[in-house]
Amino acid sequence: MQHLISALIAIVAGVGACALYYFAANALLDIILPFRDASPRAVRNQKLASVIRPWLFLGPALLVLGLYLVYPVIDSLRLSFYDRTGEEFVGLSNYGWAVNDPEFRQSIFNNLLWLIFVPAVSTGFGLVIAFLTDRIWWGNIAKSLIFMPMAISFIGASVIWKFIYDFRSEGSVQIGLLNAIVEGFGFAPQAWITIPFWNNFFLMIILVWIQTGFAMVILSAALRGIPDETIEAAIIDGAKGYQLFFYIMIPQIWGTIAVVWTTITILVLKVFDIVLAMTNGQWDSEVLANLMFDWMFRGGGDFGRGATIAVVIMVAVIPIMIWNIRRANAEMENR
Amino acid sequence: MAGMAGSKQGGWPVHVAVIFLVILWVLPTFGLLVSSLRDKDLLAVSGWWTALTTTERNEVGRAPPPDEQTQEDAEYVIAGNLFEADSGARVARFGVSIQRPDEFPVGETAEMRSGAMLTVNEDGSYRLVSTEPFEGARGQRLFYTAAFPPDFTLANYEEVLTSEGIGQSFINSLTVTIPATIIPILIAAYAAYALAWMKFPGRALLLSVVVGLLVVPLQMSLIPLLKLYNDVGAIFGVPSKTYVGIWLAHTGFGMPLAIYLLRNYIAGLPGEIMESARIDGASDFDIFVRIVLPLSLPALAAFAIFQFLWVWNDLLVAMVFLGNGDDQLVLTGRLRELLGSRGGNWEILTASAFISIVVPLLVFFSLQRFLVRGLLAGSVKG
Amino acid sequence: MAAVELTDLKKSFGAVHVIKGVDLDIQQGEFVVFVGPSGCGKSTLLRLIAGLEDISSGELKIGGDVVNDVPPSKRGIAMVFQSYALYPHMTVYNNMAFGMKLARASKDEIEKRVRSAAEILQLTPLLSRLPRQLSGGQRQRVAIGRAIVRDPKVFLFDEPLSNLDAALRVATRIQIAKLSESMPDTTMVYVTHDQVEAMTLADRIVVLNAGLVEQVGSPMELYHQPANLFVARFIGSPAMNIAPCMIEGANGQARVKVETGASVPVPADIPASAVGHKGTLGVRPEDLRVATDGDAIFRGKTLLVENLGEVALIYIDSGDENEPIIAKVDGSVDMERDVVVGLTAAPEHFHVFDENGRAFPRQRA
Repeated sequence: MQHLISALIAIVAGVGACALYYFAANALLDIILPFRDASPRAVRNQKLASVIRPWLFLGPALLVLGLYLVYPVIDSLRLSFYDRTGEEFVGLSNYGWAVNDPEFRQSIFNNLLWLIFVPAVSTGFGLVIAFLTDRIWWGNIAKSLIFMPMAISFIGASVIWKFIYDFRSEGSVQIGLLNAIVEGFGFAPQAWITIPFWNNFFLMIILVWIQTGFAMVILSAALRGIPDETIEAAIIDGAKGYQLFFYIMIPQIWGTIAVVWTTITILVLKVFDIVLAMTNGQWDSEVLANLMFDWMFRGGGDFGRGATIAVVIMVAVIPIMIWNIRRANAEMENR
Repeated sequence: MAGMAGSKQGGWPVHVAVIFLVILWVLPTFGLLVSSLRDKDLLAVSGWWTALTTTERNEVGRAPPPDEQTQEDAEYVIAGNLFEADSGARVARFGVSIQRPDEFPVGETAEMRSGAMLTVNEDGSYRLVSTEPFEGARGQRLFYTAAFPPDFTLANYEEVLTSEGIGQSFINSLTVTIPATIIPILIAAYAAYALAWMKFPGRALLLSVVVGLLVVPLQMSLIPLLKLYNDVGAIFGVPSKTYVGIWLAHTGFGMPLAIYLLRNYIAGLPGEIMESARIDGASDFDIFVRIVLPLSLPALAAFAIFQFLWVWNDLLVAMVFLGNGDDQLVLTGRLRELLGSRGGNWEILTASAFISIVVPLLVFFSLQRFLVRGLLAGSVKG
Repeated sequence: MAAVELTDLKKSFGAVHVIKGVDLDIQQGEFVVFVGPSGCGKSTLLRLIAGLEDISSGELKIGGDVVNDVPPSKRGIAMVFQSYALYPHMTVYNNMAFGMKLARASKDEIEKRVRSAAEILQLTPLLSRLPRQLSGGQRQRVAIGRAIVRDPKVFLFDEPLSNLDAALRVATRIQIAKLSESMPDTTMVYVTHDQVEAMTLADRIVVLNAGLVEQVGSPMELYHQPANLFVARFIGSPAMNIAPCMIEGANGQARVKVETGASVPVPADIPASAVGHKGTLGVRPEDLRVATDGDAIFRGKTLLVENLGEVALIYIDSGDENEPIIAKVDGSVDMERDVVVGLTAAPEHFHVFDENGRAFPRQRA
């Protein structure tokens, strides 16, 4: 109870302080530069105020963006050239270590697997489900249910799926669904998440399970955005179901497919919770984000190596970042 | 498209395919829910799917110890029931040895190795009759095969809420999540308005920066911020892991998406409304508070849901910026800890996991409309 | 004293010059309409007056004061927008009261003003509704009511009728005309691309083209004495027919010769120096009639005959390079396609323009 009250106070104080800033800053500007009449002085004040006011509105946002994103990006880059404490310059030796480290190499390999498998399968399933559910009267209910895992944390999803992959030695009753099914077909049960290489896929399935709903929602909207006339014209021209889908609908939503794909790609690069919870990188299932977290605290923490891995992740994201900025700029020009 | 024969409505293969996919997607979560409601002993020995139907299994019961025997005429009797009242279970057969728990049909009387006569009825009531007094400290073991109807209990939830710290973590999660949702909305809304409708140099550049920051991986920020927090903590003599610290961290990480989403929405508001307000004598502050904020509610709601889900479900930021103590460990962190320490205790894991996902699921199902709108408006979260 | 005074007003967005120097005096109580094709800068000019755009150079006075840098709310103006720009989350009452609330007017005062404006526009029963519960015409009235509540010196309208359907447009136009009559001291500046609105509402019309004023004058002046080809073609529907011509006589005996060889006397003051130069002859379709014999000025095959009942439009071919000549004649005329007809008009209906498209001044009748 005590804790609940202090939590409440903290919440109110935190939010209140934030709201107060805007009100006070704006009122202060009006007091310092009054412009209630139309005198030349007021006109000058008005002009000055309109130069300052945007920055009052933007100030806090720029501050947190700078402190929590811009500065850390620069500092991570710097730290990747320093030793474990971040004090001694070591040049490229962290990168040299990374290239030769088997764990790092394994992570790169696994990340590539993730990057290919998860976006492709999620987008593919999402597209198919979006297409199918648009065709049935209870489609919205189906969508809602498939979309649901979006709301579940990676760690929660990991518990759910760990339960599905649960393994009991042969002969005992299997309580994991997968092994029960496998036994039902007459095969031997397996400890799925400990099988090197293939365990990657069992982890990826979790992310696919979560992300398919996202792909489905976006692609469903895109499919609905296709002008009916183009589809009607194609039907009159004699196109059948799959032809409509591949020749008429898909080409019209390439842009959206690309957006979905890249969004999931970025997510995949940062995936950490699932691997941490399921295997913590054992049995050759390490990925970069988890490796980085590991090095942040391993043996008291190695900031240099951690930062190096972070930079590698960042570099992988940069092409998408550039593409995004171009796309956004083009969109804004169209307005 | 409606009305076009054969194009809109799918035939039965479509229905079957979608039903299959929906089951595939729902089954894992459903299994978790069912498991969390099962008796913890059963959870460990049978699959959750068996709990949904009446199942037959072999059980061992134990009669009360001999000092509860009564004497009826020349016979000594121990009577009782294998089941708790109203359990709904039915005995199918019973036996006198562990090897053959299905030796006799119900209602018959069998002779036990001790010479006592055992009668078990379908409702679980039994009667042990012997001419000699029963001796020893422990009661007789009774072997039987019975059909158990589905049976669910909230005991697992009681346990995790009281003794595993889940309740405390729940409050911690709320303490992190609520301000970490509201503060960025407030900050971002002002910035979004400025970026959409105020004139100042560098506006286009700033927008590009925001879009660029959308995809910056969180990992880039962790080490420098961890150092910074430690330094600030050391210099000012305050703890480096505080709620204020994580609020600000989530605010920072959520800011690009918040600004991006809200700016797109606010920029799409009709400019004439704002011009009209300006002619009516409204300042930028008036316009923002009285016109833009009320009109942007759908976008604000969309982002709020996003941010809420993201913060509530976050593990990484919480692990780095909050401590492991009971007063700071959030649900995801607790769950992760339980996975390590109680990896075999499925009753604890499943109930805890379900508690951690129930809030986002509620939010999800009640506000899905806004979430979808938000997704469509800015599907490039970093 | 002019209510609104524009002196060499200019506006550019970056390198794009939208208003290239406009001089204009608008008298108090006057109803002035800005017309012009889309992109001519008429809306921008209105927004400069409103203070919604910064003036690049020149001077703007409202009520005698220079207001270049005065914020919109202090200029004594009110504006009705094309999209109405009602605040969607406020009731009709609050929409109209918003400005006064911001100005911290007393509750009673607000109530009084809003009620009286609502009364004028028959909005009283709608005061507690939200804009989305109103029809288009009702929304437009609320927008006007909101402007009335501000009790402005200058009323600005930015294409206020273009979002209404045809019938409602006429009704609202009449309402605006009445409103203007009932507020004789209030200056109205009205932007439209619809010449019917301009002709019916305006005391004076300002024709704008490419950021410059082509002509300012009363509707009848613009119709009868267009200052140049642009105005001549812009006012009137169908547009004035034009044909290249050669100037043959000047002073008292101004004559021009058209491509068909016909030579016609024209009622214009043409200087002697212009004789022998090329020019343009203009005549409105409604002034043309089918020629009886040899007096045809234009002659060609009929390309199309559109009978609208009351009138008929006859399009005749006037050579490959020229637009067809259109005549608006009595609807009872029976005319076939592909027959050669001649068209003529009374000499006083002719307009003559010089090589640069400027009209030669018309002789006083």
